[in-house]
Amino acid sequence: MSFVFYLIAALTVAGGLAAILFKNTVHCALAVTVAFAGQALMFLALDAQFAGFAQILVYVGAVAILIVFAILLTRNSETPKDGVYSKNWFVGLVIAAGVFAVLGWAVLGSVRVLPGPGGAPTATPAVTVLDIGNALMGRYVLPLEIVALLLTAALIGAVIVAMHEKERAK
Amino acid sequence: MIATADQIFVLLKHWLIGFLPVGLQGVAGVLLSVVAIIAVFPTLFALAVWMERKGLARMQNRIGPNRVGPFGLLQPIADAIKSLTKEDIVPLRADTAVHFMAPVVLTVVVFMGIAVLPMGRNMTLVSMDAGLLFFFAMGASSELAVFMAGWSSRNKYSLLGAMRGVAQMISYEVPLLMSSVAVVMITGSLSLDKVVAAQNQYTWGLPHWYIFTPWGLAAFLMYATAATAETNRSPFDLPEGESELVAGYFTEYSGFKWALFFLGEYVGMLSISGLGTTLFLGGWSAPFAFLGWVPSWFWFFSKVLMSIAVFIWIRGTLPRLRQDQLMNFAWKFVIPFTLLDLLVAAIWRFMGDGWARWIVCSAILLIAYALMCGVGMYRKHFGLRRYRYAE
Repeated sequence: MSFVFYLIAALTVAGGLAAILFKNTVHCALAVTVAFAGQALMFLALDAQFAGFAQILVYVGAVAILIVFAILLTRNSETPKDGVYSKNWFVGLVIAAGVFAVLGWAVLGSVRVLPGPGGAPTATPAVTVLDIGNALMGRYVLPLEIVALLLTAALIGAVIVAMHEKERAK
Repeated sequence: MIATADQIFVLLKHWLIGFLPVGLQGVAGVLLSVVAIIAVFPTLFALAVWMERKGLARMQNRIGPNRVGPFGLLQPIADAIKSLTKEDIVPLRADTAVHFMAPVVLTVVVFMGIAVLPMGRNMTLVSMDAGLLFFFAMGASSELAVFMAGWSSRNKYSLLGAMRGVAQMISYEVPLLMSSVAVVMITGSLSLDKVVAAQNQYTWGLPHWYIFTPWGLAAFLMYATAATAETNRSPFDLPEGESELVAGYFTEYSGFKWALFFLGEYVGMLSISGLGTTLFLGGWSAPFAFLGWVPSWFWFFSKVLMSIAVFIWIRGTLPRLRQDQLMNFAWKFVIPFTLLDLLVAAIWRFMGDGWARWIVCSAILLIAYALMCGVGMYRKHFGLRRYRYAE
């Protein structure tokens, strides 16, 4: 288990680092796609099939394409002449550390089952797609509906923005 | 004897890995299945290429390849030798790393989708609980390869073809998934093995395939439309429009990389036909109960090859759709119809067995179709042809 974890972690971290260090923006977008794929592999290694495949379907299949479209439509993808690092890097570091602390606190606070001292995991309940479906329709139906409403609003907003551009072009 | 013929590949695999020590048998079994898939699907690809060239030729009143073997059957081998020995030209300003990785990503992703298809009784490579989701995840990843190919060539026409291709593939993913969701709703599981098992029953000798139900027929037609668009086949092949964009997103590829794109497109067609067969046409189950003695893998592959023949038939018959017509069709007709089909599938399920649900479901679908067609045609002012003569 450990070897697989380190391998996937190395891939994800390499993807993330490449996304920061590459000069060409589209290369950065493709490197962040590798990081997304690494996260999906991590989900699969933890036996969460639905989360892993949904990660690939949504992140690699849609979000990555959205990012590259946004890059192509808003800037030329030539390498910028002056450096890509901003002057306020210290503030950025503090904010990133703060976000990481919040996420780490949330994750550690919600882990109910930890592996035993010998490294052997105790019995985790297997969550099947059926359980996820029942939970989404039962206990979590309100967040589901709110997310659907949010996505509809985003879709309508995108169409309106695109329509206005067409009118101005006339 | 019949069961042996049906399970002959499974028995062959077990016999071969029986020679290895017990520890290696799991890995060796998986490797053997992977090698079998990598051997079978490119062979089917060669057969599909031959079918396409001969089929299109006969539909266009010409003969097609007839020099290389009997009826031109060895033509794909000649094509393979040609692509392997052609010079590999990479444009000077192209992005070499991404240009190289694009066909690789496409081929890998397309072959991974085949892993969850049940190709016969007990013949699924990986029998996953969320098998359908895995297939669609791999399909979504192939769009990234299309974009990588178009962008890295640093060519206006390639980029235009790639943008069109990605927009089309994203738009048609929604109907593809929604029509499969109707099947998942009725079966109650995302696992493709269970979908085939649910269709493998017979009433009065006729099978319970989902295509023979009203909601199933509507969902199958929409799945077929979306599958044609997902694999960039005519009439949705504007991204690689041969008369408009040179070759679209794979203009700047030559030699073996072009052959990999070609392979990726056709194996993608084979795998999406395989999924359509599994979801709607009953997978490996026989058409009639008395034909159950024919091996299951024979039914699966014949259904897939018949779907390929229908793809080729449509390509030779229908004209190409313009990009905005294509997108309008997806968002304004197919997606609302898939949502209605989900509702009809739910009504089918909750009305219970009997003849009433056939009439109700068919009526809802036909009336909705007639209404949408009527509204669409009215707004486009279809009508009798009006003749205008020069004065």
